[in-house]
Amino acid sequence: MLNRRSFLRLTGTGLAYAGVAGALTASGAAFASAPTDNRFVFVFLRGGLDGLHALVPWADADYHRLRPQLGAPLRPSEGGAIDLNGYFGLHQDLSALMPLWQSGELSFIPAATTRYRDRSHFDGQNLLENGTGRPNGARDGWLNRAIVELNGGDRRLGLSLGPSVPLILQGPAPVQAWSNEQLPDLDEDFLQRLAVVYRHDPAFQSALAAAMGTPEPDMSADAPTRDNFVIAARAAADILAAPEGPRIGVLEMSGWDTHYGQPGRLPRLFQRLSEGLLALREGLGQDWSRTVVMVASEFGRTAAENGSQGTDHGTGGLAMLAGGAVRGGQIAGDWPGLSAAALFEDRDLRAVNAYESVFKTILIQHLGLDAGFAERVVFPESQSLAPFEGILRA
Amino acid sequence: MRSVGSFIALNRFGVGAAPGDEARMGDDPRGWLLAQIRPDAPLPHRLREFRSSDEIITGIYTARFEGAEARREAVRQAMGQDFRAELLARARNMTRTEGVLAERMVQFWSNHFTVSLTRGARNGAAIAAYEREAIRPHIFGRFADMLRAVARHPSMLDYLDNTRSVGPESPAGQRRRETREIETTLNENFARELLELHTLGVDGGYAQADVVQTALILTGWSHGGYRRGGDERVHGRFQFVRRQHQPGDKTVLGVTYPEAGEEEGLSLLADLARHPSTARHIALKLARHFIADDPPDAAVAQLARVFQDTDGDLAQVTAALISLDEAWADPLAKVKSHHDFIIALHRASGLRLTRETYFQPLNLLGAYPFSAPSPAGWGDRAEDWLGPESLMIRLEFARAFAGRLPGTLIPAEVMEATIGPVAPEVTQTWVHRAPSGDAGLAMIFSSPEFQRR
Repeated sequence: MLNRRSFLRLTGTGLAYAGVAGALTASGAAFASAPTDNRFVFVFLRGGLDGLHALVPWADADYHRLRPQLGAPLRPSEGGAIDLNGYFGLHQDLSALMPLWQSGELSFIPAATTRYRDRSHFDGQNLLENGTGRPNGARDGWLNRAIVELNGGDRRLGLSLGPSVPLILQGPAPVQAWSNEQLPDLDEDFLQRLAVVYRHDPAFQSALAAAMGTPEPDMSADAPTRDNFVIAARAAADILAAPEGPRIGVLEMSGWDTHYGQPGRLPRLFQRLSEGLLALREGLGQDWSRTVVMVASEFGRTAAENGSQGTDHGTGGLAMLAGGAVRGGQIAGDWPGLSAAALFEDRDLRAVNAYESVFKTILIQHLGLDAGFAERVVFPESQSLAPFEGILRA
Repeated sequence: MRSVGSFIALNRFGVGAAPGDEARMGDDPRGWLLAQIRPDAPLPHRLREFRSSDEIITGIYTARFEGAEARREAVRQAMGQDFRAELLARARNMTRTEGVLAERMVQFWSNHFTVSLTRGARNGAAIAAYEREAIRPHIFGRFADMLRAVARHPSMLDYLDNTRSVGPESPAGQRRRETREIETTLNENFARELLELHTLGVDGGYAQADVVQTALILTGWSHGGYRRGGDERVHGRFQFVRRQHQPGDKTVLGVTYPEAGEEEGLSLLADLARHPSTARHIALKLARHFIADDPPDAAVAQLARVFQDTDGDLAQVTAALISLDEAWADPLAKVKSHHDFIIALHRASGLRLTRETYFQPLNLLGAYPFSAPSPAGWGDRAEDWLGPESLMIRLEFARAFAGRLPGTLIPAEVMEATIGPVAPEVTQTWVHRAPSGDAGLAMIFSSPEFQRR
C-alpha cells in the first residue's frame, strides 16, 4: 500500500521541484523543521452559503419581514434554531456543533465576505482564492504564497484533499494531495523510470513529486461513510496530525447555491458540514488545541427570500471559526442589521467584516507569518482591512 | 506517425490518435479537419436510438402521478437506459469515429452551456438528450440558434431554476402576494449565467440591473411536466407560461424590450448573440481550449472578428480556428482533459470501451460526464487537469489499463502511431527499455506527450 507514498524518500533528491520550491531546496532549506506546529484548515463552501439561514437572526423583525416563509420555522420557539445570545440562533441541523460553542471552541462572524462586491460565483471564488482583491488578479493562491514564506523547506506544509488542487493552494510551493481512490498502486520501478521521463516537463514533474510526498492516512478505525466531505475531513485530520506532516489543509464542499428549496436542501448540507468538522476534532486529537478551522463561502445571499423558497446571489455572508485555538463562544465583528437602510444595494446583507482581516489574523497570529509579508504579498492592497482582534486565543 | 501536424490534428482537434489515422488523413492535416466541418452531418448512428428529452421527462412526470415509488423507479430506469447508455454510446463513438472534430466541438459547446447532475437535477436523465438536441445540431451552425435551443431546453431551464422564476407583477406573482404574502418571486439564476457564462462574459459590460431585467424578460420560460392528475399536457418541451410572465417593458444594456411575452426573450437572445462582448468571450474560450491556456491576443482578436463578421457562423469560426498559425505552433501546449485522456487510451489501444474502463476512471478523477461542479463547466487550464492526485490516478489507471491489453500490441508501434513525432529521446528510450510490453505501453500512456495536446 505504501509503495508510491514512500517513493519520495527512497529517491531522495532524484526529483527536483520546479520554481520557488526548487530554489528553496537548492539553497539548503531542505529538511527544515516545520516553522509551526499549529494547524489551520480552510473549509471552502462553494456556491454561496446563505449565512442568514445558518446563523439565524431570529429575533430581528426585519428578518421575518424579508423572509416570511424561510424565517418563520427558524424561530427557537418553533425548534428551527438554537438560541445563542437572544438575537442569533444556530440552525438546528448544525446543533451537533453546540458542544463546541459551549466549550468556547466555535465562533461566528456574520456579515462577512471578501472585497468582492459583484455576484458571480466564479469571480467571487477566484478572488477569495487568489487574495489580490481582483478576480484573476494572480495565478496562484494566497495560501500557497503564505506557505512559500513560512518556508517548510522540504516539508510540504499544504494539504489538498480531492483529485484536483484548488486555486487557493496552487502556486510555487508544492503541496501534498490526497484523494479517496481505489486503483492499484504503481510499483517503484515504474515510478523511478517515469520520474526520469518527466524531467523535461516541469508541470508533470512537480505534480508527480507532489503526489509522492503524501502519506496514506490511517482511517481503519472510522465508522463507514459514503460522504466524500466527511471522508476527506477524516483524511485531512489524520494527515495533519502526523508529526512530520503538513500543517495547512483545504477542504471543499459544494452544493450551497440554493436558489430554490432551501428548507429541504440546507439541512443535509449542514449535517454533513457538522459531521466533517467533528471528524476534524476527533482525528486531530490533542492537536485540536492548536488548530483553527475557518469555514467560508464566496459570498452571502440576498437578504430577502425569492419566490422559490430560496435566495439569490448576495454579498454579506458568514465566517465560522472552530478549533481549540479559537476564542469561541462569541459572535464577533460588527452587525449592520437588516433594516431597509442598512441593506447593500437595497437587497443584500451589508458586508461590514472582511474575510481578509480574518485570514491575516490566522496567518500572522496563528501560523507566525511575517505581518509585512502578509500585507505586501499575500493580500496586496488590503491595508485598510486590519487583522481582527480577539478572535483567537492568545 | 510522421508529422507534427498529424499529431496536432488528431489530439488538439481530436480525441487522440488511433493506428491507421494518419494514413486516412493523408498529407494535409488542416484540410482533413476542414473537411470535417459539415453543418448538415447526420447524427452519429450510435446515438440514433435514444429517446428524446420530451419522452424521458414525460415518462418521469407521468410516473410521479402513480406515487413516489413509481417515480423513483422511473428515474432509476431512465438514468440507466437513457442517460448512462447514451453516455456509453457517445464515448464509444468517440473511440471509433473518424469525425473527431465534431466530437471535440460537441464537448466544447456542451461544456460552455453546462447542465450538470451536481445540483440534483430532477431531469438529470435527460442531459445526454439535451446535448444531442440543443448542442450537437448547431456545432457548425449559427451560435444564435444554439443559444436559443439551449435557452429553451427543459434541461437548462430546470438546471438554472428558470422554471421557478415568477414575475412579481404577473398573475401568478400577484396571487402569491395575495395568498401567501410573498413579495419577491423572481429567480435570477439563469439570467445571470446567461449573461456571465453563455454570452457577454463577466466583464462584458452588464450590471446587476441588467441581470434583474433579463430575469424579468425570461419569466414564463418553462416547460410542461408540472401538472397533476394525468393531464395530457404533461410534456418535456418548452412552454411559455404566460401567467408567470412579468408584464411591461424591460431594458437590458440600454435596449428597451416592449412587452411582448415570449418574443421579448427571443429578441434579447438574438441581441446577446450578436453583441461584441459575446464575440470576444467566445473567441477567448475557443482559443484557450484549442491553442493555449493564455492564448495570444492576435488569435483571440481574429476569432472574435470572424465571429462578429459572420454573425456567429460556427462553421466559419471553426474554420478560422483551424486556420490560425498559432494553433499549429506548439503541439504540446495544452493538457488533455481527463475525459479525452480516457478516450485517447481506448483509441490508441483499440480496446473496446466498457462501463468499467470508462466510468470507473472518470469517477475516480471527479470527472464523470455532465457533472461539472458549477454552471461554468470544467476548467480549461493545465492546473485543472494536473493536480498531483489527478495525475496519480491517471497513471495508476493507465498502468492497469495497459496490463489488460492483448500481448500482440507492440509498444514501439503504438508509440509511433500516437506520440511518434513529438516524443523526445528520453521517452522513446524508456519505452524501449521497459521490462515488459505492458510496462512499455504504460510508459507511453503516462508520458507527458500522450497526456498533452
